[in-house]
Amino acid sequence: MKVESTFLLGIATFFGIIAICYWFTSYEDGGTTMLVGVTALGFLPGTYYYFWHRRFRGHKYFFWGRTDRVVGTRPEDRDDATIQDGAGVINSFPGSSVWPFVFGGGAFTLLLAFVFGVWLAAVGISLIVTALVGVTAESRRGGNH
Amino acid sequence: MAVAGGLLLAGCNLPTFGETKPITSQGQDSIKLWQGFFIAGAVVFLFVFCLIAWASIRYRRRSHAIPRQTQYHTILEIFYTVIPIVGVLILFGFTFVTENNVDALPAPKVSVTVTAFQWGWRFHYAKQDVTVIGIELQDPEMVLPQGETVRISLRSHDVVHGFYVPAFDFSRYAQPGITNRFTLNLHTLGTYRGQCTQYCGLFHSLMRFRVRVVTPAQFATWLRTHRSGGTTSRASLTASAGGAVR
Amino acid sequence: MTDVIVPKVAGGAYAPVHEEHGPTGLMKWITTTDHKVIGMSYMITAVALFYIAGLLALGIRVQLTTPHGTFISFQQYNELFTMHGSIMMYLFAGPFAFGGLANYIVPLQVGAPDMAFPRLNALSYWLYLGGSIMMLMGFGVAGGSADFGWVAYAPLSTSTYTPGLGEDLWIMALVLTGFSAIFTGVNLVATIFYLRAPGMTMFRMPIFTWNMLVTGILILIAFPVLTAALVMLFCDRHFGTKIYSVTGCHTTAGIVDVHACGSAVLWQNLFWFFGHPEVYILALPFFGIATEIFPVFSRKPVFGYKGMVFATMSIAALSTGVWAHHMFTTGTVLLPFFSLMSLLIAVPTGIKFFNWIGTMWRGQLVYTTPMLMSIGFLFAFLMGGVTGVMLASPPIDFFVHTTYFVVAHFHQVLFGTAVFAGFAGFYYWYPKMFGRMLNDRLGRVHFVLLFVGFWVTFIPQYVLGLHGMPRRVASYPTGLGWQSWNIASTIGAFMIAFSFVVLLVNVWVSWRYPVPAGDNPWDAHTLEWFTTSPPPHHNYTHLPQIRSERPTWDYNHPDAPTIRHGRSQGPPNGHGPYTGGDGGPPGHGNGSAGVARGVPAT
Repeated sequence: MKVESTFLLGIATFFGIIAICYWFTSYEDGGTTMLVGVTALGFLPGTYYYFWHRRFRGHKYFFWGRTDRVVGTRPEDRDDATIQDGAGVINSFPGSSVWPFVFGGGAFTLLLAFVFGVWLAAVGISLIVTALVGVTAESRRGGNH
Repeated sequence: MAVAGGLLLAGCNLPTFGETKPITSQGQDSIKLWQGFFIAGAVVFLFVFCLIAWASIRYRRRSHAIPRQTQYHTILEIFYTVIPIVGVLILFGFTFVTENNVDALPAPKVSVTVTAFQWGWRFHYAKQDVTVIGIELQDPEMVLPQGETVRISLRSHDVVHGFYVPAFDFSRYAQPGITNRFTLNLHTLGTYRGQCTQYCGLFHSLMRFRVRVVTPAQFATWLRTHRSGGTTSRASLTASAGGAVR
Repeated sequence: MTDVIVPKVAGGAYAPVHEEHGPTGLMKWITTTDHKVIGMSYMITAVALFYIAGLLALGIRVQLTTPHGTFISFQQYNELFTMHGSIMMYLFAGPFAFGGLANYIVPLQVGAPDMAFPRLNALSYWLYLGGSIMMLMGFGVAGGSADFGWVAYAPLSTSTYTPGLGEDLWIMALVLTGFSAIFTGVNLVATIFYLRAPGMTMFRMPIFTWNMLVTGILILIAFPVLTAALVMLFCDRHFGTKIYSVTGCHTTAGIVDVHACGSAVLWQNLFWFFGHPEVYILALPFFGIATEIFPVFSRKPVFGYKGMVFATMSIAALSTGVWAHHMFTTGTVLLPFFSLMSLLIAVPTGIKFFNWIGTMWRGQLVYTTPMLMSIGFLFAFLMGGVTGVMLASPPIDFFVHTTYFVVAHFHQVLFGTAVFAGFAGFYYWYPKMFGRMLNDRLGRVHFVLLFVGFWVTFIPQYVLGLHGMPRRVASYPTGLGWQSWNIASTIGAFMIAFSFVVLLVNVWVSWRYPVPAGDNPWDAHTLEWFTTSPPPHHNYTHLPQIRSERPTWDYNHPDAPTIRHGRSQGPPNGHGPYTGGDGGPPGHGNGSAGVARGVPAT
């Protein structure tokens, strides 16, 4: 995860510097706001990945504290990992689901309501709610199998 | 790149590479920069073009043997990173100088307020109390004196428009709520066409005007004959613009 | 319809715990969460929209063959170029790349069974389809479709000047596709960070995957700004806010009072903060495609792999700091900052060019259709890049801004990437997706027509721009010599259109008279060519050991590993030195040693 976190923190650093340069050369608030937003976009997940990178190495927090468990590096981050190293459950993937389609239809109808009339919003919102309930129930069932 | 820079300075005698010959000193500055960029661009284009053409013809497959699997050549890579950076900084230097010349705002002798509206132009000579208005298919004419420093204050009544005269080699947006100012020093007599360049609605294509450059004496005469707020015909023009200009 | 737990068993197989007995037919398509099906749906939709937008472009070109064209009215013309730009930019080029190709290829290239969030992925597609339908609906409503240009500059896009339903549909369509893009971006980044196969370190990922990672980040930077800007625009149109609107803000003197109303230039700032990264969201995936194709058909590894990765990152980083170079003539932006940042983009782009040439250098170039298209891309993008450097200089931009020079420039860049490199990718991965080859001879015909048509269309537009012809005009003055250039451009446009008829014929031929492709018809390098064509559900039954960025090549050519810095990299699982050259001593080939058949886990 080190490369990932470096990548994201690199974004944060670059745009942090650019934001400062831009503010002090132009005093333009719109562009500076957006550049600060991009800095945060890199900083938040970047520190998260860095935290977990350190945790895998046995540090409880970023640089301090120790835990008993040292996980080491993920197989996908090791140059010498073999395919066998990655054995085990990797994730749970839904087989097929109708709910994205229902949700998409609901969002489509909901936005059409802004153009053609509020009554469409009722259809849109009920489709979206149905889809949300459906997808939640589906995930719970899937987990129980 | 150094060659291009040298040519940039000697740019006066070069062709304009398709661009309109400028009639203002600001335009001449821009054109010199354009000539420099064009030559530098042409050199880079031809160099890379030849490399691609050579590589794609010379290294056609001739056998089924597997070529040497080279992946890195660090010195070469540093070389073609540093050279473009130097080139870009040189181009930026020339850009910076030219831009300051073009955007300079010396004290003007003549000031014109240009207001763009859907779909026409209003030229207002405030000091002399002269106004010219024209809408689509009735192109208004902005009269300017030769050799004097002219300040244009540009704004829009409604949407974003673009003030563009090819012979000036210059354009600027006309925007509501913002007044843009720029300077023109005109050299050559004649009538030149101008047009709105920023898309502004239905009759954008017809939102044209003319610029007539006259001698200062003719300019003074023209101002005298057009003074005092507008004739009846001009008032009717305003009305036909849907009361767009108040 | 239940979730399938996918274990990764000893040999790298992705074996579902229980077999799928899902729905069939249309329901199967509607309920699918398979990234391959979704990717293909994306591509088919995007290419269909590409044909529609291409027809709109022909309408524009026909209108301009005469100075006072009467083929269509001004109103229709304005709708035509608005919809041509909108469909090409928002609905074809981006979704084709990051929704279609990336969706299909990225999980395969990193050795993943699917995207990280399959249902979110399906939702992305349905939102995109809904958005596309919504935008096309504009042609059917009273008042016609949106007619404020694809950039929708405020205040022209406020309800005072464009009050129609078509404009509202346009805004809502972009809100939908904006969300779709954001979800795809999230999905791509998560897939690349979390679902790589063992040994597939970040610096062993194929360049296409790297570029898609950077594109995903750019999407996350850019699209939320667009969506927010659109929502504010909609509020201005219907809920009486004054964010961009200047309606009712005039003083008695007739000028706009800044303190009483919205800011027109704010829209431009927000739009281009999205719009410029968007240009690279459209370009980077296609750079990635070209970077996949050059090594394969030169039979060499990509030259300067790490330089390529850093160049991609630099382009993306710089592209987010250059938005106002579209606004040089507004007189409200800091010119030197944006000029320098824009000029600097030439440096990493140049690195990419030299690396592509370096990849071909001393290779054995095989001229199949994908390779021809990629070379076409190089020439097209070279011209677009050089004119781009000119436009980055404000004094030059002042006189070519919003003329046909700019039109020619960005068509050379976007057409060069999205069409040449995009269809290079289409020809390249078509055998993987459908298990059958496209006809190479018809592909060559397609390429030649496209390449000639491309230059015939856009070189005259440069000339027209320099002569002062503004863009987005439905008529132009006579007597300026513009008509002959416009006719030349129109002829070129029809050549391009004809070349795409050839493509349709080619696809039809491949369905009528299929030529089986096999797993790896191109002797390609990356992981997706290791599995069957088309890949099975969850992609892999077994994986090779991953010891470089070319696992499939290493597996097939154990005696020809990559040479790094003049030294040979040890063969995948051995340490035999490789001296280079064609007849070098074979290393310890990994053979099938690194591959174990998948045994279902219990």
